Amino acid sequence: MLAPVHHILPLTTILRERVLPINGKVNAHLNQKVNPADVVAEASLAREHSLLDVAGALNLSADAADKLIRCKVGDRVSAGAVIAARPGLLSKTVKTPRDGRVVAAGGGEVLIEVGESRLELRAGIPGSVVEVISDRGVVIQTAGALVQGVWGNGRVDTGILTNLAEQPDAVLTAGRLDVSLRGSVILAGQCKDADTLQAAAELPVRGLILASLFPSLLPLAREMRYPIVLTDGFGSIPMNSASFRLLTTNVKREATLNAEMPDRYGAGQPEIIIPLPVSSELAPPQAVVAFAAGLTVRLRRPPATGMIGTILTVHPGLTTLPSGLRAPAADVKLENGEQVLVPLINLEVVG
Amino acid sequence: MPASLVQGDSILAVNIGGATTRAVLFDVVEGEYRLLASASAPSTAEAPFLDVSQGVRNALQELQLVTGRTLLNADRQLISPSQPDGTGVDVFVCTLSAGPALKTAVVGLLEDVSLESALRLAEMTYARVVDTAGLNNHRRADEQIDTLLRVQPDVVIISGGMDGGASRSVHKMLEPVGLASYLLPQEKRPAVLFTGNQKLDDEVKGLLGNVTSSLHFSPNVRPSLETEDLEPAARELAQIYLGVRQHQLKGLDVIANWANGTVLPTAYAESRMVRFLSQTYAGSKGLLSVDIGASAAVIAAGFGQRSTLGVYPQFGLGESLAGILQYTTLEDILRWSSLDISTGVLRDYIYQKALYPSSIPATKEDQAIVQAVARQALHLAMQTAKRNFPRSARPPRPGLLPSFEPILAGGGALGDAPTAGQSLLLLLDAIQPTGLTTLILDKNDLLPLLGAAAARNSIMPVQVLESGAFQSLGTVVSVVASASYGSLVARARLTYDDGHEAQAEIKYGSLELLPLANSQSAKLTLQPARGADVGFGQGRSGAMRVSGGTMGVVIDGRGRPLILPDDPVRRRELIKKWLWTVGG
Repeated sequence: MLAPVHHILPLTTILRERVLPINGKVNAHLNQKVNPADVVAEASLAREHSLLDVAGALNLSADAADKLIRCKVGDRVSAGAVIAARPGLLSKTVKTPRDGRVVAAGGGEVLIEVGESRLELRAGIPGSVVEVISDRGVVIQTAGALVQGVWGNGRVDTGILTNLAEQPDAVLTAGRLDVSLRGSVILAGQCKDADTLQAAAELPVRGLILASLFPSLLPLAREMRYPIVLTDGFGSIPMNSASFRLLTTNVKREATLNAEMPDRYGAGQPEIIIPLPVSSELAPPQAVVAFAAGLTVRLRRPPATGMIGTILTVHPGLTTLPSGLRAPAADVKLENGEQVLVPLINLEVVG
Repeated sequence: MPASLVQGDSILAVNIGGATTRAVLFDVVEGEYRLLASASAPSTAEAPFLDVSQGVRNALQELQLVTGRTLLNADRQLISPSQPDGTGVDVFVCTLSAGPALKTAVVGLLEDVSLESALRLAEMTYARVVDTAGLNNHRRADEQIDTLLRVQPDVVIISGGMDGGASRSVHKMLEPVGLASYLLPQEKRPAVLFTGNQKLDDEVKGLLGNVTSSLHFSPNVRPSLETEDLEPAARELAQIYLGVRQHQLKGLDVIANWANGTVLPTAYAESRMVRFLSQTYAGSKGLLSVDIGASAAVIAAGFGQRSTLGVYPQFGLGESLAGILQYTTLEDILRWSSLDISTGVLRDYIYQKALYPSSIPATKEDQAIVQAVARQALHLAMQTAKRNFPRSARPPRPGLLPSFEPILAGGGALGDAPTAGQSLLLLLDAIQPTGLTTLILDKNDLLPLLGAAAARNSIMPVQVLESGAFQSLGTVVSVVASASYGSLVARARLTYDDGHEAQAEIKYGSLELLPLANSQSAKLTLQPARGADVGFGQGRSGAMRVSGGTMGVVIDGRGRPLILPDDPVRRRELIKKWLWTVGG
């Protein structure tokens, strides 16, 4: 059976595609060095639209109204501009309500997009552009430490990694967040209250790396303007030892938090990247491997959610679990020496 | 005589679920189709696999191990047709429920007429309604455009206008859809199903033909105020579903190619089978099928010539699990638990499970939580589906479920439960049947697979159904009564063919099991206490021949609706007692 790989790597090559949701302009060029905050592509988006019923306003048929419409698709129009006028004694005009751009005209109507906003696509990671995807974005390559998360609040930022977690199960409280931490990416264990998230916002921090978060804090976490990456999940789960070890050994280095929401049906995933120099290019990590004895794994569910262990044996066929279910399973030796029987589907290989 | 009868084609059927992909092999044994073997593997629609065909190939590989028959060649391609050396299969069919619920916008004219029918239609597939618009909706056209641009629906269902009726209002409805689609990037344009006034089909083609990813038509779902006909539109919607999925899920094109195009949405295939069974076998009662898995809870019911289908992704046990808290409370879920579990633990479980939809319970506590959530999800789905049952399907008392015969149950939570007793109790608690019924467990997802296979071979489903491929849990008598705990609600006597008898006194709040093996039948005589109904009418006694099953004859004296004690300690003790009664 094939296993998904959860990336916790001290040094690897990282390739990430960054693309706009719609066509736009790519600012970056091939081989360009980029920082996480650099805008590599941008597009304009209309915030809203205004549909003007010219035929109705002029009391004409659609065909007759079309002949009087003075604008065409692509025209920029200012607020109050006359876009159609009916001549004669009982003359009447149709004016645009706001500044905008004509996106459709016909059938006696004009559709204008108004309130244009810019959509900026940031690099998200530091590195080099190795491919330009025409009108959509780029592929960026970097080297460094990589820690995959399980949830993110959709933000991206970079800062110096500071450790506030003495242990993987440490609980971060608002009182620990003082002004000296402003602009830092903070490594912490668990977060159990809204005050802590608010206090981090007030400093502000450049990011929070948490093992777990109470589900009741999710709406607030989504609102925070700094990135939050969870390494292990929801509730009171301590940080898995592999992530904790790797992150604590990289304290005081620059860390990029790409707190992308996990995309089940795409490549997007929350992650922490710590750029490091390499003498030669390393192969990018595998996404999938076959389960086998000796592999380091992380448990996704009880009895030891988030814990790291080593596969001792992969049982042939189906095995009856303590829950009574029968499934392909393996004996896993946890780091604390305990041995547990785990269904393969609840395991991911660390690598 | 159908060609299939002469040729005896072997048939391989695969169901790609949100969590599990199951492969089932059927072939002719002694002149009749039989289920030869089934095997499963984790589904691979999601990251990091991102290719549904991998999961199918893995399931086929398992099936090869079980049967010793080679199905895949060295390149892991399906061998079809079957070869003289015995490798391969003749026919391959597939059902699919994996993937995110389709974002669906529903547009209709009148809220309680065409819009209501269009919403019911959306409920017949794996859809999540992201916007509704009707004449009574006072949003301006440009506001509707902005909403559609924001939600970017995969599918838009447009209904409205009686056949031959006025067209102006329908035209007004089409405009925002057309303009929004036009403004969306080509690859994000929705598929549109027009299921309104048929006379407007050409006009709809003119307005929307060039701006949708695909434009579909079906006969009017509401040809007149009094008439509703969803079936042709549901068939078209099934095609749209697969079209959208082929864009979303890598590898599906390979599977569709193997299947020669015969890939159906699982729920749709299941409902086809329910309709067929209902028309062919059902007596005075309706036939019910319930299925709860990672993608959705599916309730399909047949009432002779009428059938209903409800697909509820919001009650699926996979990626959308956290959404269940919009419909219920943690306390209401925990009332089903036999263990003392806090609301905090349950909340954490729900969110963690949504991160890993395919994961399964490894511990007893996790299993207790899974079953509590499954009970509540299926219960909510049943309550929702009940609203669409025809008025002719009368329950013994208002608010209860009408009596069905039989009730078929499938999906991971039911089919993969550790014991048959646990499946039985989960079903009884969640759907709360009334009267006399036979409960049948579909452990291999056969119902939808037979529904899909029926399109290629009309004989096979009938022969497999009659071959005993489904697991009968037994005959269930659900006593409808309101009484105090411990008071007598019915007496039951089971007379076996050899003259032996088994008797039970059913007290309110208890479950009683009378042994009757799978292949056996016996005469069951029931005598209700005053005011109680055992399926023959209030206070009426009766006798009938019943069939056995894994659990024998089950008499559920816990009352309908099932009201659990408020005291949590007493409630958990009762649940444990019931679990013990059905074998733990």
